[in-house]
Amino acid sequence: MSYGAVHDDEHHDHKPTGIGRWLFSTNHKDIGTMYLVFALTMFFIGGAMAMVIRLELFQPGMQYVDPQFFNSMTTVHALVMIFGAVMPAGVGLANWMIPMMVGAPDMAMPRMNNMSFWILPFAFTLLLSTFFMQGGAPAGGWTMYPPLVLQLGDGLPFLIFAVHFLGLSSIMGAINIIATVFNMRAPGMTFMRLPLFVWTWIITAFLLIAAMPVLAGGVTMLLTDRFFGTAFFDAAGGGDPVMFQHVFWFFGHPEVYILVLPSFGIISQIIPTFSRKPLFGYASMVYATASIAFLSFFVWAHHMFTVGMPLAGELFFMYATMAIAVPTGVKVFNWTATMWKGSMTFETPMLFSIGVLFMFTLGGFTGLMMGITPVDFQYHDTYFIVAHFHYVLVPGIVFGIVAGVYYWLPKWTGVMYDETLGKWHFWTSTISVNVLFFPMHFLGLAGMPRRIPDYNTQFTDWNQIVSVGGIAFGLSQLILVWVVIKCARGQGEKATDQVWEGAHGLEFTLPSPPPFHSFTTPPEVTEATAHS
Amino acid sequence: MSVDKLKQTVLGVVAVSLFLASGAVFAGLADMPLNLTQGVTETSQRVYDLHMIILYIVTVIGILVFGVMCWSIFHHRKSKGAVAAQFHHSTAAEIAWTIIPIIILVAMAIPATKTLIFMEQTGDAEMTLKVTGYQWKWKYDYLDEGVTVWSALDQASNEARQMDSGIDPNTVENYLLDVDNPIVLPVNTKIRILTTAADVIHAWWVPALGWKRDAIPGFINDNWTNIKEPGVYRGQCAELCGKDHGFMPIVVHAVSKEEYAAWIEEQKAAALAAADGANREWTKDELLAKGKDVYAANCVSCHQANGNGVEGLFPPLNGSAIVNGSAADMIGLVLNGKNLMPAFKDQLNDADLAAVMTHERNSWDNTAKDIIQPADVKAAR
Ligand code: HEM
Ligand SMILES: [Cu+2]
Ligand SMILES: [Cu+2]
Repeated sequence: MSYGAVHDDEHHDHKPTGIGRWLFSTNHKDIGTMYLVFALTMFFIGGAMAMVIRLELFQPGMQYVDPQFFNSMTTVHALVMIFGAVMPAGVGLANWMIPMMVGAPDMAMPRMNNMSFWILPFAFTLLLSTFFMQGGAPAGGWTMYPPLVLQLGDGLPFLIFAVHFLGLSSIMGAINIIATVFNMRAPGMTFMRLPLFVWTWIITAFLLIAAMPVLAGGVTMLLTDRFFGTAFFDAAGGGDPVMFQHVFWFFGHPEVYILVLPSFGIISQIIPTFSRKPLFGYASMVYATASIAFLSFFVWAHHMFTVGMPLAGELFFMYATMAIAVPTGVKVFNWTATMWKGSMTFETPMLFSIGVLFMFTLGGFTGLMMGITPVDFQYHDTYFIVAHFHYVLVPGIVFGIVAGVYYWLPKWTGVMYDETLGKWHFWTSTISVNVLFFPMHFLGLAGMPRRIPDYNTQFTDWNQIVSVGGIAFGLSQLILVWVVIKCARGQGEKATDQVWEGAHGLEFTLPSPPPFHSFTTPPEVTEATAHS
Repeated sequence: MSVDKLKQTVLGVVAVSLFLASGAVFAGLADMPLNLTQGVTETSQRVYDLHMIILYIVTVIGILVFGVMCWSIFHHRKSKGAVAAQFHHSTAAEIAWTIIPIIILVAMAIPATKTLIFMEQTGDAEMTLKVTGYQWKWKYDYLDEGVTVWSALDQASNEARQMDSGIDPNTVENYLLDVDNPIVLPVNTKIRILTTAADVIHAWWVPALGWKRDAIPGFINDNWTNIKEPGVYRGQCAELCGKDHGFMPIVVHAVSKEEYAAWIEEQKAAALAAADGANREWTKDELLAKGKDVYAANCVSCHQANGNGVEGLFPPLNGSAIVNGSAADMIGLVLNGKNLMPAFKDQLNDADLAAVMTHERNSWDNTAKDIIQPADVKAAR
């Protein structure tokens, strides 16, 4: 039985039509769709840049691009992937799912929702237009360290304003999510009954509100250093270049949790569904997520151990970094315990979630290794680091997002996706992602620095393997596009309301696809319906 | 031949060729170590030991956790008739998997703290080397001896790494890991190494010494090393520092104390000879010959071999108003730098500067064709 549908027939199911439906949309589903399509597009743009990088690194010597352009590729690849692909994908999923999961008709602030989306294409136009400017696109790394970043040509203010706009968009999205969850929960939907995806998103939203302004402040200081004669980061004027790194990573470390927490939330929905068993340790999951978020504000300097901090500082950040492994471990153990003695099936969303479980954990292990300060003096700024953060970002986060897409796609479109294609997508992605990133550990340990366009000949073989993995991974993602297009066109078996045998939650009480305004009559939530 | 036999043969052939192929791959991969170096200092050995301990710890945890996951995946599946249990928490388990990791982490933190404290003991060094990062080379000052060495990518690598150079990097020995002037350090000596930079942040890293440290403009970082074995140790800049970040290697020759003392004397003599050169009149041919080399070592990375620069970043020297204008203006600019152009007054001596400017004024389509004498440069300082 569906609450929304009955109600919906009564009044407005007249969706706006034409381009206006999208430009002026205030509907959480349409905006969610736009976020997701935008994210997928940026994923391919950022991916194309990664292909340029891997092509140049396929053999020693400079073959295709000059070193400056190579640096632009690494820099813009990272910015596009982080701010253009992963973050918007997370917000897109939140838009689609949170109102349905808490039993609301829409987001709390629909107009702001529209604006926070439409800022994004604008911000990325600013960023990508720098490729055509005097001095080229940003090439000082996504971390934008001065003084190097200040050597950028005309593109610098465009980079800075793009970052400002992205921050603005994220903060608006975060406020909206918090307002929705705090004010629009259905009767009986207490905080400790919220689905974990909603929980991880509230915590992410608070992280966004706390962290994004710090980044905005930091880049504004870059702007005034370059154009208005300040010397925040210039030692000659009494400033300190390392100060920027502190500011950046005070944003940057919470940022990595902004990226990963929604993915944790997604697999916390999926693993119970396909294990046909309630999530193990719901409360400890919530507390672990909150402690990770809290601790994430006290570990930033582990990204900059080599700048030369006092011993006490190095020790503090080493201990804090090691401490964050504890709540992270709790989450991994809880997911494992959820599968334990379950009755598992392995549809595509479950496969991707298990992929997250294994490969995120692997990235966590290397994170722990890097947290040991004296050893990080060797690892830092090598391919070992590149391996670490790609394990947490790609099979850890992107796989989580993809799992969510497969999980809810039948709900969104009303038809089941093609399971065979989904399985192909999973296996090709999983094999290639490991061929792509695992050897990077070896390269880093053997001494290959990161962010270099050319290398000593001893590194050739493993780089070739990595590049082959990269291209295979890139091509594998086309399968996802194919799957999504098929569903969007309505090709596939009709999906039931519950979609999956083991699925629980309010979103699965609505029809597939759900009505334009999700719940117009609030559903009633009880302990039994919330945690089962 | 039966179908089964055929199948067996085909499988056999496939298996053998896969085996051979993987053997070939690993033979080819053999020249690259797969693990962190043990290095040649006590620091690097301690760091290596810590790396191995933590690697073993995470491997054991990994085997346990992944083992449980795999067990569950294989046995608790619906297709095997598994029926889902309905438990959803266990306080005992949750406490256990919070406390046990804490114990492991504390056990890990103790040796890590000891090593870190050991690495920070920069006192009572027997000599001091100051390392300054420049875009894109290193300057080494032996502070106790007054000796300075400039060290940049060697000529052979530099030529091979140009786009369309037509040179196969595999034919260049130590491709990208060799420099024109390696530095020499004595073994069994506690050496204090100060790192700083002149323009942007760089990082000085020789893996065999066991650490890297940022070189930050306006600040000086304190480090030390004590090399146990003579040998040649190579490293690279490890902090993105612009266009040629990938092309500023480091080479350390560790030698006996006697050899080191001899090398220092040689350096001092060479510095005297160079200073002498600045006091005499040079012929145009002498200047042009020297200028070509100085250009290749110091200018080519930005202004390019054809003198046309890089559009939007580095202006052309070919046809430039300054290069073809008054000698005084050009000397002033090269000595003091401008925007992205570094100040060369501390980097090159009078003779080098005179030679390279003469070379530029006489190259490509430039029309100045005059000469600049070391004395002119000296006067402009
Ligand atoms: C157990 C959890 C984790 C620990 C202990 C950890 C630790 C670290 C450390 C110590 C570094 C700095 C290494 C260096 O540059 O020398 C680092 C880098 C990085 N980590 Fe993690 N990490 C963890 C999880 C994550 C997660 C969840 C993400 C992403 C969602 C992430 C993303 C990154 C990124 C992007 C960098 C590199 C940033 C850059 O230099 O550009 N890490 N991590
Ligand atoms: Cu971090
Ligand atoms: Cu560098």
